[in-house]
This record gives sequence, C-alpha cells and structure tokens, in this order.
Amino acid sequence: MSEQKNLLSLRNIHKAFGGVIAIQDFSLDLKAGEIVALVGDNGAGKSTLIKIISGVYTPTSGDIELDGEAISFRDASTARAKGIEVVYQDLALADQQPVFMNMFLGRELTKPPFGLLDKQRMREESQQLVDELDVRIPSAASTISELSGGQRQGIAIARATHWASKLVLLDEPTAALGVAETARVEDQIAKLKEKNLAILIISHSLDQVFKLSDRICVLRRGKQIGVRETKNTDKNEIVSMITGVA
Amino acid sequence: MVVYIGFIAIFLFFAVTLYDDGFLTQRNLTNILLQTAPATIMAIGLVFALSAGEIDLSFGSIVAVSALTVAVVLQDYPLIVGVAAGLGVGVAIGALNGVLVAYLKLPSFLVTLATMGLFAGIARSMTDLRSVPVMNETFTGIFGSGKLFSLPSLVIWTAIGVGVGHLVYRQTRFGAHVLATGDNPRAALVTGIKVARIRLYVLMISGFTAGMAGLLYAGRLQAAKYTLGESDLMTVIAAVIVGGTALNGGKGSIIGALLGSLLMGMLNNGLILMNLRVSDQMIVRGLIILLAVAVSLRDSKR
Ligand SMILES: Nc1ncnc2c1ncn2[C@@H]1O[C@H](COP(=O)(O)OP(=O)(O)O)[C@@H](O)[C@H]1O
Ligand SMILES: [Mg+2]
Repeated sequence: MSEQKNLLSLRNIHKAFGGVIAIQDFSLDLKAGEIVALVGDNGAGKSTLIKIISGVYTPTSGDIELDGEAISFRDASTARAKGIEVVYQDLALADQQPVFMNMFLGRELTKPPFGLLDKQRMREESQQLVDELDVRIPSAASTISELSGGQRQGIAIARATHWASKLVLLDEPTAALGVAETARVEDQIAKLKEKNLAILIISHSLDQVFKLSDRICVLRRGKQIGVRETKNTDKNEIVSMITGVA
Repeated sequence: MVVYIGFIAIFLFFAVTLYDDGFLTQRNLTNILLQTAPATIMAIGLVFALSAGEIDLSFGSIVAVSALTVAVVLQDYPLIVGVAAGLGVGVAIGALNGVLVAYLKLPSFLVTLATMGLFAGIARSMTDLRSVPVMNETFTGIFGSGKLFSLPSLVIWTAIGVGVGHLVYRQTRFGAHVLATGDNPRAALVTGIKVARIRLYVLMISGFTAGMAGLLYAGRLQAAKYTLGESDLMTVIAAVIVGGTALNGGKGSIIGALLGSLLMGMLNNGLILMNLRVSDQMIVRGLIILLAVAVSLRDSKR
C-alpha cells in the first residue's frame, strides 16, 4: 500500500478569510482505494478543506497535486473535469426534477441529429447506477421530493460515483439520517472503495469513522493535530485529539 | 392536472348556458383562438422566466413598445426591417431586465416592476398617445388576418410558439438548466450550470415573446397603440399559474399555459356574451381567476 503512488497530495495548505485563519499548514496524501476520515469539532475547518480541494475556494498558500501534477482549480467545474466529485452537506439536488435529471445535472445526455435530451438513456443509466449501489427507489423517473432522506443521500452518492474518476469528497453524508438509512449509506460508501476511488469523508460519528476509514485525520481550530491509521488507534485517542483534553 | 378539468368544465358550462348566444358557433370559437393568440405567446415566455425562478412584470409594456416600433418603422421601411425592429426591441428590453437581474443581482420582481413603468411611459411618449395605423398588407396578412391552408395565421403562430416552446422547455439541455436553476440554484451552480446566463436568457425570451405578441396585436388590429398589452398582465400570469407553472420556479408546462390561456379567453368571451357590464365582467373575472389560481396551487402542492 505504501509504495502506491499518491492520488492527491496537499502540502502546507493555508486558508484565511480576512482575519480568520480557517486552515493552517495542512498536509495530507491520499491514495486510490483509500478512505480517509476528517474529524474535528464544529468550526475546525473541515468543510473549508473540502471546498479547497473541490475548487470552490483557492487556498491562501500551499500546493495541491493530483496524480503527481500540480493543479490550481479556478472553480468547481475545473475540479470536476479532473475527476473530483463532492457530496455536499445539503446534497445539491433539484427537488422537483426526476432522479435521472439530477444524476445528469449539468451533463445531460443528448442524441443526434438535433441534440435533444436522451431521456431514455439517462433513465436507464441512472437505474443501473442506483441498482449498483443498492439505493432502493421506486424508479429513476421518481421526483426527488418523493424520496426519503436516505434515498436522496443515495442519489447524491450515486451521482458523485458516476462522475468521479479519482476522488469523492463527502461532507457529513449521514448527519440527517436514521439508523437504518445510515447503515445503507455506509454500505454505499464502502462500495466506492471497491471502485478504486480515493475518498475523503467528514463525519461526526466516530463509530462510522472507525467502521469505514483506513486513516483518520484530526483538525482542531484549523490546525492539523495528526493522522492515525485506523487500525492502530482507538476512540479515546481520537477524542482527546479532537478536544485537546488528554 | 387541474387545468384540464377547469378547461373542460368552463367550456361545457358556457356551451350549455350560452348556447343560444352563439358560444358554440365556429365563428365564436375561432374568435376565442384569435383573441388569445398574443396572450398565449406571452405566456410561453413567462413560463420560462418563472421556471428559472424569476418573474417578468414588464411584458405588457414591451408589447406596446414593440407594436408601436413595428408600426412606425413600417411607415418608411420594408417588412423585414419592421419585424426585426419590433422583435429586436423586445429582446433588448428583456436583455436589460436580464442583465440587471443576472449580473447586478437585483430581484426580478423589482427590476421588471420598474421597467414595466418605464416602458409604459416610453410607449406613451413614442407617438404622443396617438394610435399608428399599419398599412403594410403583407405584414397584416402574416401577423394578422391572413390564412395558410385555410388556417388563420394567428392560430399558426400560436401552434409554432407552443410547439417550439414545448420542445425547448422539455427536450433540450437549456430547458433542463432553466428548471434546475429555478428549482435549486446552488445545485445548478455546483453541477456547472451557468446560472446567471440562464437568468439573462429567460428574461430575453420573455422579451422576445412579448415582442412577438406586439407584432400579432399590430397585425390583427392593423394599428398600434400604447394601450396594447396593458390589460394582459393579470390574464397571462393567471393563465400560466393555472396551467401548472410554479411561481417559485423548477416546475411548469407550456401546454398547460396554452390551455390556461384558452381558458382565460373562454372566460372573457363568455362574460361578454352574458351581456355583463364591463365593471361586473372585471369583478367576476377577478374572482374566477382567484379561485382557479387557488385550486391550481393547492393541486400542485400535493
Ligand atoms: N466563507 C467564509 N467566510 C468567512 N469565514 C469562513 C467562511 N467559511 C468558513 N469560515 C470560517 O472558517 C472556520 C472553519 O469553518 P468550516 O470549514 O465550515 O468548519 P467545519 O466544517 O469544520 O465545521 C470557521 O471559523 C468559519 O467561521
Ligand atoms: Mg462543516
């Protein structure tokens, strides 16, 4: 595992909003097929870090390499074009549109000769994707607003996996879900690993973090407290790293 | 959808109660189609604007400005120049609305409320409140009284407008982006949709359809006046809402807007045939629109 090339390298990332330092000297490497969990209290800078990687924010200083190539994303579209997808905290779904239109939002398939929407193909491909991840919905033509929280989360994850060729970033993917739905979404996330994608997940649930991740990275008030191999640490250590209380 | 039921209900109601007054005669039904043509065309543009989460209140004023522009330009220039000027003015006013909304981030309700007043004033001053005759017979044929294969040109324009509008709305990436923008602008943005550009375009489309409605009025009446389009604001908004388009974006129907517009046309026609005083017509129409809109909105929440 350790000889494998890094998919994503973050080196000495800083980010300040005016006087507020949100991220300070952050460095992390991610490999394909690896799940890294990002943990820390509210305001620690986790969402900011995800937005930096996905091109929503530009870091004040520091370097980002993707596949060994230095990159600077001007906006979220350039990051997406490089194979980085995000599952946002608010899911970013258009509620009154059908599942298949959400799955292909901004990247709709068209058919010759007039370039009209190929709804049938989008429906079929969406159905296949949700089936693969075992997201159980009535149909790919269902409207998002008819679905439960867990089903929506499943759609957002399925969309990200479909378009991500390298990296999926998840911001608290189960925060709003019940127990059964959480378990289902966790299974879906575990499946992304099999597709050899690198995954960075923000979570407040340490149970989840220990269940899913290979490594755990702790942030406290913008500072990187440390990175641990999940199998070589325990909840007590992580909690004390998060809170700063030994 | 409620509009289908309402459409059939009102049609049957008038067919029975106004049978002796000639509601069902071919001439009267054709008349309804001809009279609603401009409103239907305006409604198409409004469906795009509302679906993207914007509103256009200025289309009535655009109708007057573009009709007057065509009438004035046709006095000295050939058909094509007049048509281009009339439509161009509509698109330009729509673009003005659009730039203020999309790039200066002003709310479309306030922007178009202001431009509604602004261009109503400009329409009044363009010809000093005078009506301008349209003598160009090719123009009045194409946009008014003419026929093709025994179909009135206004009916043909309505069909083209609805057909093209429906296709663009339902079957193109642009239509999908309009709906996504109105549904959840943040989701649209993070999936790479150029949300600001969509907002600009829908207001330009609304300007274009209002311009087209101006041409149809000028063609049918063979004259243009500042009052054209003035009374269409309520009718067209009601037609669109009754037709199943959401006021706050993300959902709509061009076919529904057509039916809504025909429904409003039947209502107007029926109230006139009932020999109600104009003031009573306005009251009854207002009440029925209120009812229709309330029922449609309840229906769409389910
Ligand atoms: N756009 C912004 N402008 C100003 N300050 C911000 C902005 N985004 C985040 N911050 C600040 O950066 C810090 C980290 O925020 P965030 O990354 O959202 O934390 P977390 O996701 O870990 O809860 C907080 O102090 C927050 O107030
Ligand atoms: Mg956060």
